[in-house]
Amino acid sequence: MTDNERRGVSRRGFLKRVAAGSAAMLLPGTVSASQQGSELATLHDLSKCIGCGECVSACAEQNEAKYPEPQKPFPKMYPDRVKVSDWSDRRDVEERLTPYNWLTIQGVAVDWQGQSHEIYIPRRCMHCQNPPCANLCPWGACARENNGVVRINAGICLGGSKCKSVCPWDIPQRQTGVGLYLKLMPGFAGNGVMYKCDRCFERLADGGVPACVSECPEEVQFIGPRQDILVQAHALAKTFAGDADENEFIYGEYENGGTNTIYVSPVPIPLLAQALETGPGNPHMDPVEDMMAQDEFLGMAALAAPVAGVAAGLLTAGAKFIKPGQQDKEVPHE
Amino acid sequence: MNSLFPRWLNRIMLAVIALLALTGLAQMPIFKRYYIADIPGFGWLAAFYTTHKIHYIAATVFLVLIFWMATVYLLNYRKTWRPTVMGRLRLAILALIVITGILRTLKNLPDHGFSPITIMAVDWIHLAAAMLLGITAILARVGPWHRNGVYATRH
Repeated sequence: MTDNERRGVSRRGFLKRVAAGSAAMLLPGTVSASQQGSELATLHDLSKCIGCGECVSACAEQNEAKYPEPQKPFPKMYPDRVKVSDWSDRRDVEERLTPYNWLTIQGVAVDWQGQSHEIYIPRRCMHCQNPPCANLCPWGACARENNGVVRINAGICLGGSKCKSVCPWDIPQRQTGVGLYLKLMPGFAGNGVMYKCDRCFERLADGGVPACVSECPEEVQFIGPRQDILVQAHALAKTFAGDADENEFIYGEYENGGTNTIYVSPVPIPLLAQALETGPGNPHMDPVEDMMAQDEFLGMAALAAPVAGVAAGLLTAGAKFIKPGQQDKEVPHE
Repeated sequence: MNSLFPRWLNRIMLAVIALLALTGLAQMPIFKRYYIADIPGFGWLAAFYTTHKIHYIAATVFLVLIFWMATVYLLNYRKTWRPTVMGRLRLAILALIVITGILRTLKNLPDHGFSPITIMAVDWIHLAAAMLLGITAILARVGPWHRNGVYATRH
C-alpha cells in the first residue's frame, strides 16, 4: 500500500477532486483578482473541519517536489552551538510543522454554552499582510507577493532561521544540508533552508486554488479577494456568536496587523487558544499585536528624511544670499 | 587637512555610519551564533526587532545629514571644492546604499510590493555596497591616494 493509498487518496482521484473542487472553493472574482495581483485570503470554517487529514495529504502530494533532499554527511559547523536540524529521516511526521509537512491539524475539546465541542484547526503559514519574515529577511530570500502569498525562495535561502525567530507563530522550519549555503561557507554561515506553506503559488498563478482548499471533502476552506472573504467571515461568525461579539469568533483578521488566513470558529477563539497544546511546530492562537507597526512609522520617517535634509540645505545655502559675506567665515576645519 | 564641513558634523556622521554598519550586520543572525551577543551589554545585537528599529532611526539621521550636506555642497561649494577620486568612488557607493535602502524601506510598507527578484537584488546590492564602502573607507586612508580619507579638497 502506498502512502497515498494509506491516506485514502490516489493520484488520479486527487487530480479529479482538485479539478472539481477548484471551482467550488473559489469565491467569484478570485481568478481575476489573482491575475490582477489583488490580495487573496482563505476562510477556514472550523465548524466544518473533521480533522480527516485530507488537506495534509494533498499538501504533501502537491509540494513533495519542493521538499529538501539534503546532502549527508552534513558539513561540520562552527561554533559548536550551531545545531543540525534534520527532518529527512522523519518525513512522515504530521503532528507538527516540519520542512516536510507544511500543514498540520490541531485538535482541541472545549466546553461552551453547556456543550462540548471538538474543534480541528488546520494550521500553516498565516500569510501576513505585512510579514515580518519577508520584511526582516536580510538576504531577500523571503518575499510577499501582490496576491498575498508569502514565499521563501529555497534557491537562495541560507537557513539562518531569522524568519522563524521574527514570526509570531514560529512557522518556518529548517532543514540542514541543503541550499545555497553549501556553496558558500557551509561551516561558518547559514544552516540549510527554511520551509513553509507557499499557498501553492504556482496553482494560484494558473487560476487554481491551493491543494488544501480544493481537496478538502468538507469544504472547510474558501479562497477569494480578502475584502469578500472578510464579509463572508463576519456573516458566518454572526451565526455562531448570537448575541456575543462576532469578532471573538474570528482569528487572523487583525492579528499581526492583518493576515490572509481567516479562521471562523463555532466557539470563541480565546477558548481555543487556551485549550491548544502549543510548542515547536504547533502554533498558538493568541492575540498578536502588529509586529511591524513601529517599524512602519520609523520607516516613513526615514523616507521623509531626504526631503527634510534638502529643505534644511536650501535654508542653509540660502542664508548666504540673505547675509552676504557671512558664508566666507569658514567653519572650523578638521 | 581642511574639511568642507565642521569637525563635529564629521564625527556625528562617523558615529551614525558606524551604528548603521553594526545594526545592518545585526540583521544577519551572526551575533548570537558567534557569541558576541553573549557579552554583557551586547545582547541587544541579537534582538532583530530592536536592531531593525535602531537601523531605521540611524538611517533617518543619516539621510537628513547627507541630503543637507549634498544640498549645501551643490549650491555653495561646488566650484571651490572638488571630490577626490576616492571621494567620488565612495559617494557613488553611498548613493547606491541610499537608493537601495530607500527601496527596501518602501518595500517594507504594507501597501508597496516588489517582485521577489527585485527584492533579492535590492537586498544583495545594499549588503554588497555597505561592505564595499567599508573597504574603500579603509583604502582611502591607507592607499597611495592617501589624503586622510577626505571626500573633497579645496581648489
